[in-house]
Amino acid sequence: MRDEQVPQDSGRVLAGHRKAVYAQGADGRLHVVASSGWEAEEIVNLLAVDELKRLADEARERARAGLVSPLEFHMYRARMDVDLLAQTSGFWRWRIRRHFRPAVFARLSPRVLQRYAAVLGCSLEQLRSVEGE
Amino acid sequence: MNAPTFEHRQASHCESGVVSALVRHSGVDMSEPMAFGLSSALSFAYLPFIKLNGLPLIAYRMPPKSILRGLRKPLGWKIRFETFRSPKAGRARLDQLLDAGRVVGLQTSVFWLPYFPQDLRFHFNAHNLLVFGREGDGYRISDPVFEEPVVCEADALDRARFARGVLAPKGLLYYAETPAQEPDWNTALLAAMRRTCRIMLKTPLPLIGVRGIHWLARTVRRLSVEDARASKLFVGHIVRMQEEIGTGGAGFRFIEAAFLQEAAALLNRPVFAEHAEQLIAIGDAWREFALTAARMCRDREPLNPACLADALDAMADRERSFFQALERSL
Repeated sequence: MRDEQVPQDSGRVLAGHRKAVYAQGADGRLHVVASSGWEAEEIVNLLAVDELKRLADEARERARAGLVSPLEFHMYRARMDVDLLAQTSGFWRWRIRRHFRPAVFARLSPRVLQRYAAVLGCSLEQLRSVEGE
Repeated sequence: MNAPTFEHRQASHCESGVVSALVRHSGVDMSEPMAFGLSSALSFAYLPFIKLNGLPLIAYRMPPKSILRGLRKPLGWKIRFETFRSPKAGRARLDQLLDAGRVVGLQTSVFWLPYFPQDLRFHFNAHNLLVFGREGDGYRISDPVFEEPVVCEADALDRARFARGVLAPKGLLYYAETPAQEPDWNTALLAAMRRTCRIMLKTPLPLIGVRGIHWLARTVRRLSVEDARASKLFVGHIVRMQEEIGTGGAGFRFIEAAFLQEAAALLNRPVFAEHAEQLIAIGDAWREFALTAARMCRDREPLNPACLADALDAMADRERSFFQALERSL
């Protein structure tokens, strides 16, 4: 890649930042050039972000319909899945899935909820609802 | 505060950026590509049994910490790693080292770093950065993939250091115990290249090196066109691992080429500069692959797994002949 071929497709992903890429100058030596983004990177990154957003939105709809507890929504909002939530919270996966049931979730002790809130980075009140933000 | 005079330089990969800055800070001038190449960090690995958000780990470099470890021998350098059970102990030790005037490296999770753009914050636990001072309630951080040093508040940094999951950092911090020394370039450079060739060509596991690229090609060939959403996520993931911030573009192939150019100059062996040209061409081909794959994800071209698999097989063949030629010229 030559200096003039370094993509400058400023997009959403880098949010105004520029990243360093290596490109060949006129003398043939590789050196660092600042790039404001690249179409290919933008596409694949938004693909991943949108997928997580889709999962969160679907979980929120299910929670509003009373089918699952808000926990599933908050898990996806924190860009996690059940595997990762199990690793970070220390709860077994089947327990987390069980906590997705609204009736079970409603009876959870503050201590258990506090553990979820801590790893998901939200407050207890936020954890109990799917509204806001 | 007693922040030492520390020079921030933007790099294209976090670990090689951090390490080269640490080496420069301890007295030996070292570029990012030199740190990358000298530690034989270039690689390829397709590890379907390690999942990141349900997708397999695809790496274009050696595992985290290998750059730090790989430079110990050539630089006669002692580097100390410490992990902690509790965030409190981790923070206390960090403060102690900073007060002693040291520059400290940390392993962190990108997700909890507030200065990162929202769309780049995923649960990736092996992001390296340097702390070089304190400012009010926070820390002054030289994050090598950013243009300028940043400030990060202490609580957020604790979260990032003690995130759990795959590659959990456990509060890892590291610092240089002794100053680095100028290496014996001839021995060190040739040994590093030899090692990279060996990893790419001769790792006994079929998932690592050139054979790993073929293996990935085989998996891509089997992706279903009917379940387009899952297939696109997989293809997009390959490209993200290759092009996202911190890879220097083209899955580190350009950084390695820059290393070969430096080696050619240091050893006065123009043959390495010719190899560098080859590797730049290979890097350009990786970028073409990325663009084609990304366009398929956006339906600008029809999704065609066979075509992508062919491209990957071709990449593997090109890399095989490249590393064979490099090995012969050592």
